[in-house]
Amino acid sequence: MARRVLVLGGGTGGTLAANRLRRVLGPRDEITVVDADDRHLYQPGLLFVPFGLASPSRLVRSRAAQLRPGVTFVESAVDRVDLDADTVVLADGTTMSYDVLVVASGSRLLPDETEGLTGAGWGRRVHTFYTLGGAAVLGGALATFEGGRIVVNLVDLPVKCPVAPLEFCFLADWYLRRRGIRARTQLTLVTPLDGAFTKPGCNRMLSGLLGDKGVEVVTEFATAAVDGEQGRLVSYDERTVPFDTAVMVPVHGGAAYVGRSPGLGDPMGFVPTDPGTLQAKAKPNVFVIGDATDLRASKAGSVAHFEGEVLVHNVRRLLAGQEPDARFDGHTNCFIETGFGRALLIDFNDALDPVPGRFPGPVGLPLLKESRLNHLGKLAFEQLYWHAILPGRDIPFIESAMPAAGKRCDTTERTPELVGGPR
Amino acid sequence: MTTTTLAGAEVALDDEGFFCDPHQWSEAMAAEIAAGEGITSLTERHWQVITFMRHEYEEKGAAPNVRALSKASGVPIKELYQLFPKGPAKLAAKIAGVPKPHGCI
Repeated sequence: MARRVLVLGGGTGGTLAANRLRRVLGPRDEITVVDADDRHLYQPGLLFVPFGLASPSRLVRSRAAQLRPGVTFVESAVDRVDLDADTVVLADGTTMSYDVLVVASGSRLLPDETEGLTGAGWGRRVHTFYTLGGAAVLGGALATFEGGRIVVNLVDLPVKCPVAPLEFCFLADWYLRRRGIRARTQLTLVTPLDGAFTKPGCNRMLSGLLGDKGVEVVTEFATAAVDGEQGRLVSYDERTVPFDTAVMVPVHGGAAYVGRSPGLGDPMGFVPTDPGTLQAKAKPNVFVIGDATDLRASKAGSVAHFEGEVLVHNVRRLLAGQEPDARFDGHTNCFIETGFGRALLIDFNDALDPVPGRFPGPVGLPLLKESRLNHLGKLAFEQLYWHAILPGRDIPFIESAMPAAGKRCDTTERTPELVGGPR
Repeated sequence: MTTTTLAGAEVALDDEGFFCDPHQWSEAMAAEIAAGEGITSLTERHWQVITFMRHEYEEKGAAPNVRALSKASGVPIKELYQLFPKGPAKLAAKIAGVPKPHGCI
């Protein structure tokens, strides 16, 4: 009998899940991807736009064109999911039924959660590079920047790519030096965490780099308001940080329809998800991938990629009447651009923090260490993204389960509990 | 892990002072924990948040972070910071005898 799999969201997770499912399910099984628009954005490219290192128009491709033949694309916003009826109601009232639902609708920016963020000065001295339009506008502002205080502020966690605000600082340092105005510019990272990054080993390394590059770090700052007129950030405990230009990473939440779907999401619109099987806690025939989950794993494309293999295996078992038995281990991998043509690479999972060594094996890219090779790896990744990650191909030597070979695990320390993250 | 006496009963706390076993908590202990954190009196509004924290933990198995706490309890974030200075979710969880809220990476 033909089964119907409905995938909500045609971003990284939804696209690779649909393409992987198409390969393993029977030809009569229907796979449909629903998204509100047909613009697939290569999000890792956003970081480079403000510095003139990437052109905005080249980062967008058709969502439909990334799907394998046999996957149907429906361009429509979603109104809600009815978990009891196993149906999705589209914005125009059309109802679509499913045997398995894959929630892959990512996260969205909620700048209005922070008082004043989009008020006076928005787009002039208050910016974000987390949208394509915002990144381009910030690029224009930086091009005419002549010195002063630049503040990079992470309002709250979780955010997409938690290293991006740090990378922005590293690249801004490089950019301002190249323009000869670094000495006249104070660069400050303002974070709600008690350090630059969430993982201790990494935090030491990255804090050292920020120090070397003269980036000041203000920690445990819970942003209550952005005052674009006066040029200052105000925290809930009434501290202030002045700025001439603020680069904001707004609060993130899940897709709006999640909030309109009784029982599906948490108060922020993320979907409570079993960290092993990737099933929604609300119902066994609902799976969740990528940024849409409430998992502790980073909101990053690599996580969606590693989840893909687990999710597809479990969807197939569920459709065959078997218990989902694959388990995601929290595997995350990311390049951290550090400026001057160099980058770091980190690789970790729920159980093991980032350690030095090489990836994916003893002869590989250096881990937790700046290198030219990692920068080239980051640039090469764009091609890998469109031609291997989205089509849902397994990448040789890089599997869902985190590799241990090549890692110097004796140097590890386990994060006992996150310090400073949640308040 | 350390053992301490609160309201005449022995309880186990983790390295940061959060309850290892939420069942060991009783309402009588809340004021003593709060005083240790510099909150000298627990008002009705404090109790509203503490009770909510317990409820969320029992329902979902984890304490919410501050934004989720505000959204679900209806207490504005600003007020949460006035009630439980520095870190409302962490502090409210500690006083409510539930494990520390999880963060994200």
